[in-house]
Amino acid sequence: MDYNQGATMPFGNTHNQMKMNYSAEQEYPDLSKHNNHMAKVLTPAIYDRLRSKQTPSGFTLDDVIQTGVDNPGHPFIMTVGCVAGDEETYEVFKELLDPVIEDRHGGYKPSDKHKTDLNPDNLKGGDDLDPNYVLSSRVRTGRSIRGFCLPPHCSRGERRMVEKLSNEALDSLTGDLKGKYYALKNMTDAEQQQLIDDHFLFDKPVSPLLLASGMARDWPDARGIWHNDNKTFLVWVNEEDHLRVISMQKGGNMKEVFNRFCTGLTKIESLFKEKGHEFMWNEHLGYVLTCPSNLGTGLRAGVHMKLPNMSKHAKFEEVLKRLRLQKRGTGGVDTAAVGGVFDISNADRLGFSEVELVQMVVDGVKLLTEMEKRLEKGQSIDDLIPAQK
Amino acid sequence: MANSFTRMISGRNTALMMAMGASTLASGYLLSDSTAAAERMRTYPPSADYPDLRKHNNCMAAALTPSIYARLRDRATTHNWTLDQCIQTGVDNPGHPFIKTVGMVAGDEESYEVFSELFDPVIKDRHNGYDPRTMKHPTDLDSSKITSGMFDERYVLSSRVRTGRSIRGLSLPPACTRSERREVERVVVTALSGLKGDLAGRYYSLGEMSQREQQQLIDEHFLFDKPVSPLLTSAGMARDWPDARGIWHNNEKNFLIWINEEDHSRIISMEKGGNMKRVFERFCKGLKQVEHLIQERGWEFMWNERLGYILTCPSNLGTGLRAGVHIRLPFLSKDPRFGKILENLRLQKRGTGGVDTAATGDTFDISNLDRLGKSEVELVQLVIDGVNYLIECEKRLEKGQDIKIPAPISQFRK
Repeated sequence: MDYNQGATMPFGNTHNQMKMNYSAEQEYPDLSKHNNHMAKVLTPAIYDRLRSKQTPSGFTLDDVIQTGVDNPGHPFIMTVGCVAGDEETYEVFKELLDPVIEDRHGGYKPSDKHKTDLNPDNLKGGDDLDPNYVLSSRVRTGRSIRGFCLPPHCSRGERRMVEKLSNEALDSLTGDLKGKYYALKNMTDAEQQQLIDDHFLFDKPVSPLLLASGMARDWPDARGIWHNDNKTFLVWVNEEDHLRVISMQKGGNMKEVFNRFCTGLTKIESLFKEKGHEFMWNEHLGYVLTCPSNLGTGLRAGVHMKLPNMSKHAKFEEVLKRLRLQKRGTGGVDTAAVGGVFDISNADRLGFSEVELVQMVVDGVKLLTEMEKRLEKGQSIDDLIPAQK
Repeated sequence: MANSFTRMISGRNTALMMAMGASTLASGYLLSDSTAAAERMRTYPPSADYPDLRKHNNCMAAALTPSIYARLRDRATTHNWTLDQCIQTGVDNPGHPFIKTVGMVAGDEESYEVFSELFDPVIKDRHNGYDPRTMKHPTDLDSSKITSGMFDERYVLSSRVRTGRSIRGLSLPPACTRSERREVERVVVTALSGLKGDLAGRYYSLGEMSQREQQQLIDEHFLFDKPVSPLLTSAGMARDWPDARGIWHNNEKNFLIWINEEDHSRIISMEKGGNMKRVFERFCKGLKQVEHLIQERGWEFMWNERLGYILTCPSNLGTGLRAGVHIRLPFLSKDPRFGKILENLRLQKRGTGGVDTAATGDTFDISNLDRLGKSEVELVQLVIDGVNYLIECEKRLEKGQDIKIPAPISQFRK
């Protein structure tokens, strides 16, 4: 009996050798009904040039695009339609990913440089968002540990190692950041539901966007959540990225949220470095994450706020666009808004620093609050309509 | 490798297969990959990757010991399909409420050989002790041997026989590339266009069907589900949906072929009412004609004498045959002995929506449990005899008479 010995990754690389026996045209996906960034960019010619390549860990073009092929389009938001399996993906498949990045990130060019600024003192204001409208404030980002494959491609061994290293770092946090890790597989159903209801825990993977990319393999192995005792600083381990770092609290004090965010993140990074690990980062793409949409800062700063009047206004979308903000339902990216309460956050991730993005949210939320108040009183908001940022 | 594999292929595009075989041996996984592999072995021994199966209840989890995993982890078939890919569905899906799942799939014909150390015990577990290393599977598609194949239609609403067939040389749905899948579609649809008479029909590509046509076919129990079952999606069978998927059916709508769902092809004969004999006759005739039409063009089905017809899921090896009825059993279904009666008759109940559904009301889908180790004729006869027995029980209970649990049917021909 014959077999190959020594597959690069335990789960093979999805037939890349085999496919080369068929023409590019025979393999090219049918994207005629598709509406995502990948589908817009991936011509048959690009497919032809890239399909023989793979990253050193064996991630292939078809692995990159599978989620976009399987999911033609999302009703609420234009999806990216491709993912990275490791840090090298962004190099090896540049020809596809650079235009996707440019399209997704407002014209960010392959030659552009991204700036990082995690100094919370540079944020102006933000401690006074009106709690009558702003129910909660939150900042999140992601981090990847250099040298490990990303969630779509990692082996169980790697994922467990990411969990182990993360635990070691997080266990060393002190003061108001001191906390505890809850492995998903040891959590009771009740604990888990409580954390989901508190908006602390990530979803069980049901979104076809995640499932199709392979991120949900082996669930819930090596997945978990760490949070401090106050439940204001949380880290998700091995969901869509190696780490998602979240600072949040009820009310409108975004400044405090961002302070804690920066302090915690900086501390975590230095703890990793002490053990000889660093985050995936480069000066062109900033922090490297699984989805190209999260490159750069990987930062989403947002609030849950009441906008029952504003949301019915004809110019709501336009105002958001000009403020460089985005709306979502309060259940997260795949949900619709309920009861006039929206999740409002920055639309950008790359090409602006962390401070700049949080500033946009702070300023934008203040304006939206003003507008909501005017509309409540039946007054016009025409003079408040902002210019495009 | 070149010898055994190319011997299995007759009349195919031999140049293609030779090129693939040669290039895989000569380059493929070799030199550059083996350094990376050695590196990985040092950093991640098999124990680091061994899945956590403590909450699992499927055949794969019961059989996969750490030492088997360690021996098989770094192997791949010549199509580069690995053990982790075989077992992913079983790792992701710890257990099914209505039925004990197998928990692993094959990516190609060779999977059953290359990973036999795991497949064999799983097959043995699932198929009641059938040992692929020592036993042979019988094939018999002579429908004239069937007796008493007409059911009482006050109870039996519909009758159906299905099986699957795989095209030798092409990867199976969990593993296939888009070209391979499209090639399967081409091969099968071309062959089907040669069917005549009461079997003449038409192909409907899933991607080109209107929503309305699709819903109509689902409601008529003709079309396969959009892939939402996590058992299927975890195994990668739903990739690129609906590319190269479709349904072919004859004009009478009693002979259907599904293309590229869970297997390359599923062949189904069905009709309303209780004439199981006629359903099986059409089934055998159609199947033989399709096989002949495929062979004319140099293709053949995956088959060997240990495992019979090779399909994606080990549960469908052998005959791949499920013969069943939708039947109303209002009294019997409430009797506490119902389960045991079914068990002894080697029958299985499902909801009328298919394998992942629960029964509604008192209408059940009753079919054979076994697939491997008995021939098609034997299994269909077993279903006929069993269903007739169930109807007898129902009639007796209707009249307030008592019923008996039958003696258990023996498993394999001695």
